Amino acid sequence: MAQAPVLPRGFELPLEPRLPRVGSVDAVALEERAASLAKRSIKREAKVFALELAVRMMDLTTLEGQDTPGKVAALASKAIRPDPSDAGIPSVAAICVYPNLVPSAVARVEGTSVKVASVATAFPSGQSPIETKLEEVRWVVEHGADEVDMVIDRGAFLSGRYAKVYDEIVQVKEASGDAHLKVILEVAELGTYDNVRRASLLAMAAGADFIKTSTGKLPGAATLPVTLCMLEAIRDVYEETGRMIGMKPAGGIRQAKQAVQYLVQLHETLGVEWLTPDLYRLGASSLLNDVLMQLRKEKTGAYQSPDYFTVD
Amino acid sequence: MTDLERKHDRTPVPKEWAYAPAPESRDVVSLDERYGHYVGGKWLEPSETYTTISPATEEPLAEVGQATPEEVEAAVAAARDAFENGWSGISAAERAKYLFRIARILQERSREFAVLESLNGGKPIKESRDVDLPLAAAHFFYYAGWADKLEYAFPNRRPRPVGVAGQIIPWNFPLLMLSWKIAPALAAGNTVVLKPAETTPLSALLFADVLRQAELPPGVVNIVTGDGRTGAALVKSEDVDKIAFTGSTDVGKAIQRELAGTGKKLTLELGGKAANIIFDDAALDQAVEGIVNGIYFNQGHVCCAGSRLLVQESIYEPVVEKLKRRLTTLRVGDPLDKNTDVGAINSEQQLEKIRELVESGEQEGAEIYQPPCRLPEKGYWFVPTVFTNVAQSYRIAQEEIFGPVLSVLTFRTPEEAVEKANNTPYGLSAGVWTEKGSRILWMAERLRAGVVWANTFNRFDPSSPFGGYKESGFGREGGRHGLEPYLRFDNEPSHD
Repeated sequence: MAQAPVLPRGFELPLEPRLPRVGSVDAVALEERAASLAKRSIKREAKVFALELAVRMMDLTTLEGQDTPGKVAALASKAIRPDPSDAGIPSVAAICVYPNLVPSAVARVEGTSVKVASVATAFPSGQSPIETKLEEVRWVVEHGADEVDMVIDRGAFLSGRYAKVYDEIVQVKEASGDAHLKVILEVAELGTYDNVRRASLLAMAAGADFIKTSTGKLPGAATLPVTLCMLEAIRDVYEETGRMIGMKPAGGIRQAKQAVQYLVQLHETLGVEWLTPDLYRLGASSLLNDVLMQLRKEKTGAYQSPDYFTVD
Repeated sequence: MTDLERKHDRTPVPKEWAYAPAPESRDVVSLDERYGHYVGGKWLEPSETYTTISPATEEPLAEVGQATPEEVEAAVAAARDAFENGWSGISAAERAKYLFRIARILQERSREFAVLESLNGGKPIKESRDVDLPLAAAHFFYYAGWADKLEYAFPNRRPRPVGVAGQIIPWNFPLLMLSWKIAPALAAGNTVVLKPAETTPLSALLFADVLRQAELPPGVVNIVTGDGRTGAALVKSEDVDKIAFTGSTDVGKAIQRELAGTGKKLTLELGGKAANIIFDDAALDQAVEGIVNGIYFNQGHVCCAGSRLLVQESIYEPVVEKLKRRLTTLRVGDPLDKNTDVGAINSEQQLEKIRELVESGEQEGAEIYQPPCRLPEKGYWFVPTVFTNVAQSYRIAQEEIFGPVLSVLTFRTPEEAVEKANNTPYGLSAGVWTEKGSRILWMAERLRAGVVWANTFNRFDPSSPFGGYKESGFGREGGRHGLEPYLRFDNEPSHD
């Protein structure tokens, strides 16, 4: 089993079935703070900076039963060159696909900066035996996935079997090898911010490179307050251990304006050091075109018809 | 960074993300060059004037009147006349209608008022826009609802208006304090002479235009501007039945001495040195937000500001560390910029007072922390400041600074927290941060403060009474309680 990384205060090993006190979150005040940060007015060059950063941080995602190699190929092209008419627009960070489509995705992005992320561990429910999950993880990594997006076992978490959740993450981390591990908490199923904080600390202690809000398969995916809650947990781990963990809100982020709000929140919570795709991703399937449209508006002063942006 | 991180090649990280200026437009406000006093529904040409400025730029905004005792008397006479000949005779439902109208007009013109409030007072536009204006309108709406229900508010006591109310308000929330004063006074059937603070008269003068729009009968509300001399003349005026004052404890004491034996009713809302108490089981990140909101909201120009932080010793280090980091993200500057968190200090005089007390803190041995911060060259500014290693005996732990300066003290047990929190001549507000409900109640029973906030701070609502213990004053504003000072009841003599 992998060596567990240094733990935040109040989180000493060995981890018993019940989690030690990890502090709590006040929902009212958290939501108030998130709402107040969302009111920042980001204009002109500051806005262009944010929008370009949002493109570079994007995990362009397709997670459908109807996904095909053709669909993934189109997505990969869009990821590499989001706006064919503007070479100044950077590539996105990664494309995020189901395991079966990893080989197609890898072939398409080869030689570019775009990474391939694969969901794994019986995404989205996580309700499979651990052997199956690990087999899946090894398979996607063998086929060239740079990043693995795993789901935690919410059933185990909600019944208080934290050690099981922890052990599973440690094993998946080991199976992932050099691939980056993003741990999806599926916050909509955790019910409270206290649980989100607890799960965040648990995932980070178990070796997550990134923590991620949602699968995108449930209503109530990423929200500003829940992301803030996770950023604060990341900050506490950094303060305690010096480890810089990444964050990925996913699901429900569709407009450029929202992306800017997420980045403002990141900037004012974790600071400028986190403003990199190495430490922050936006998981989205339909956000990119709105960002491109806003970028072009900032450059030309006018909104263009949606028909000028490719639908992939 | 640990070795774990180094093995990955990282993409370069930007040096900074500077937000572009996002100023709210000043064009929504048109100011006259010169203002008189608003008396009997007309503008009275002032015999003396002074210049009111923007504290953020020191730019002159307008000439306003310095009311003499004679001018104050004229305003009081207009209020008396309106009270005797009309206002006290109209139906309560009619009175309510005027108040509802004023509330709606304030909402409609909220952007204009918010910009003016920030311009003349120095507070960030996000606060005047999101706090001052919505609350000011809410106060008028709330008291409009009481106007025809006074018999129900005070059953079997036959509530009657007092008469002419003289109201003196401070510069920290000019329009909001105006509404705290005027709304209950009118709802109870009184007429009013209001004196806004010397440094922030403009929103009250613009409010006169709201009264015109609402077609409030002349003389029901009169507004005289000026410095302390004008306030003193209003307090001394024979024909005033009630004085309501919000401001410093020193002036409050002087007013109380002046009114002793006159039979005039008095309410005082004075200073504070509130304790914000953080227990070790509190939600820390949110508590830190509460600390910041408690002391840096409105540059700390808040009588109920949480200016003393009491932290349980076991969490002292993480709390102070989090607080200092949070301070580096506060944006100090142009009050009209929508991204400004901390605006300008209201006046040169106030800035001097803050500087003097901060100096005393350093001399007495407290450790000062101020985040790196570029301040504008013109105007009155003070960097958000935290003092650690503060002893209870230091001046910065005892005296009201009324600026963005926090003193951090520690405690070990709940008993000690209560003892330290109560160990002040003031008693206006307190904050308790804990996840334990029973401890909140235990603390609230023992804290000698008019308001105790639990897991929040500086939260106001028109339905909630507000006021102090001890040298923080007496009488309540807000809620049903806020009507009482403006009413006379059976068996209660009038002042004449």
